[in-house]
Amino acid sequence: MAAVSTQRTADLREPSGWRRAKNRLAVGSMWFALLCVLIPLGFVLASVLVKGASVISWQFLTSSTIPPNVLPANFGGMGAAVVGTLEITAFASVIAIPLGVLGAIYLSEYGGNRPLARLISFLSDVMTGVPSIVMGLFIFTVWVIPRGLSGYSGMAGSFALACLMLPIVIRSSYEILRLVPDSLRQGSYALGATKSRVTLTVVLPAAAGGLVSGALLAVARAAGETAPLLFTIGAVEATNSNIFSGSNTALSVQIFDNVLQPYTGAVDRGWGAALTLIAIAFIFMIAARLVTARFNRYSR
Amino acid sequence: MEQPEQDVVTQTVSTHLPKLETTVRATSQTPGTAIFEVKNVSIYYGAFKAVTDVSLPIYENEVTAFIGSSGSGKSTVLRAFNRMNDLVQGARVDGEMTYRGADLYGKDVSATAVRRRIGMVFQKPNPFPKSIYDNVAYGPRINGIRNKARLDEIVEKSLRRAALWDEVKNRLKQSGLALSGGQAQRLCIARTIAVEPDVVLMDEPASALDPIATLAVEDLIRELKQNYTIVIVTHNMQQATRISDRTAFFSVLTDSKNDTRTGVLVEHGPTQQIFEDPRDSRTQAYVTGRMG
Ligand SMILES: Nc1ncnc2c1ncn2[C@@H]1O[C@H](COP(=O)(O)OP(=O)(O)O)[C@@H](O)[C@H]1O
Ligand SMILES: [Mg+2]
Repeated sequence: MAAVSTQRTADLREPSGWRRAKNRLAVGSMWFALLCVLIPLGFVLASVLVKGASVISWQFLTSSTIPPNVLPANFGGMGAAVVGTLEITAFASVIAIPLGVLGAIYLSEYGGNRPLARLISFLSDVMTGVPSIVMGLFIFTVWVIPRGLSGYSGMAGSFALACLMLPIVIRSSYEILRLVPDSLRQGSYALGATKSRVTLTVVLPAAAGGLVSGALLAVARAAGETAPLLFTIGAVEATNSNIFSGSNTALSVQIFDNVLQPYTGAVDRGWGAALTLIAIAFIFMIAARLVTARFNRYSR
Repeated sequence: MEQPEQDVVTQTVSTHLPKLETTVRATSQTPGTAIFEVKNVSIYYGAFKAVTDVSLPIYENEVTAFIGSSGSGKSTVLRAFNRMNDLVQGARVDGEMTYRGADLYGKDVSATAVRRRIGMVFQKPNPFPKSIYDNVAYGPRINGIRNKARLDEIVEKSLRRAALWDEVKNRLKQSGLALSGGQAQRLCIARTIAVEPDVVLMDEPASALDPIATLAVEDLIRELKQNYTIVIVTHNMQQATRISDRTAFFSVLTDSKNDTRTGVLVEHGPTQQIFEDPRDSRTQAYVTGRMG
């Protein structure tokens, strides 16, 4: 004890001066950057909540007819648009997710340095940069116009959304597949597995969580898109649960239409639709988290 | 491209270094059947010649150790035995390599068929992110075994042989990634022997393990020798003397003029002879610790 008490306590703090200042500066700028991101996000969420929450009701979410714009917000609701968004996004996902994941598997496991793989990879990167309204125009030109008025349908919208989702799914899936350590592939090959076996029984299970969450994020992104739907799904006020024929509608399109109206009822319904859409995207994000956690139960 | 390189190597050997011993000497014990015959094998990664002109036999039910400095091509030669080098783009094997009389690189030979008979344990334990049970059952399953009772039996037998059963028998459903390094390596060994291979190749299987786990794995290797032929790469010379019957010493041949390096097999023979009475001065220097 005596020996200890004679000793000066060691000073283990970061030495003062430039290093400490740099540290403060870096931490300070990180907090500043965080605030810069959080403030607009907070305002967006707050204003949508404040303006949208008052119109949300069970009737608003399920009512099968969107009322005329002049009627106040307590009439009718956005049920038709909720159904439209869900079915159009679901069908787009059915097209884009399998194609995108298979494409990523090709790029990561089979393509190697082949010219075809390099071309696909390049084109998918280019496609990521194509504005979403161009996707809408593309489907409008090749699908809707040749069919005239009957060309407008939920499916046409799904095609446009699928074009938008495909490169996102390919990119995210590819990155996830590359993260699977090569040592696992080698372990499987060393047991006499063929390439398809290695891919199916080692690579895909190891990557499953990431693949699903990447796909769900692409779904959430697509659900909120407006531009690809503007020229492809037409416009209706009543629920159309058949995506293959007849015009359809979606939350994003309704927001776009309604908030430009001079009638408060319509504008309020627009805010309600915005809140509904955010909630749907939020649910997908949560699902992505849960699924990742579930698939990763063997990863430690 | 390759021809001049070959000349340079031969020249270097004959002018600067003692003559290479390439023939097997009279051994202290009579070897069994040669399970592998390697004749004048050179292995390339693209244009880079990683090993030059390796010739040696591997005998049945023996442990053969590959020793030598880093980069001398031990892993490269080892991976050639079960065609794992096929997975490296640009890798190429020149020369003759036979397994029980069949040309390993013959035209109709399937790499997967080769690997089902010749298994491999890697330097870094690489259990699959699956349960312990599914890790061991993985190989039998790809061989088409679906019967649950049969799989249970194989899993238990393999884990027992790998001296891991008692530690994991109550948690077979847990992730293979939750095991300690030594346990994970024994799991990988169990996974390898679950397919009943003929040969087990091991690339520094204990180098990532602590001394106790290393001894456990060494005991296991001595056990496995009864049923398998084992070729093991090791950095640890004591380990080679403890577990191997025969040792092959690899070295790096540097050609300063062309700035090329390549791995060569300097000498091979019964372990005792390699360590106590090496024929080549480089082997002598290495085993007495005077070099790399
Ligand atoms: N996949 C690879 N691609 C290119 N060169 C490689 C590859 N693997 C090994 N090499 C090279 O081959 C030589 C022999 O390597 P290796 O067989 O790993 O040696 P060792 O196992 O004796 O340390 C080294 O020069 C190494 O850089
Ligand atoms: Mg090595």
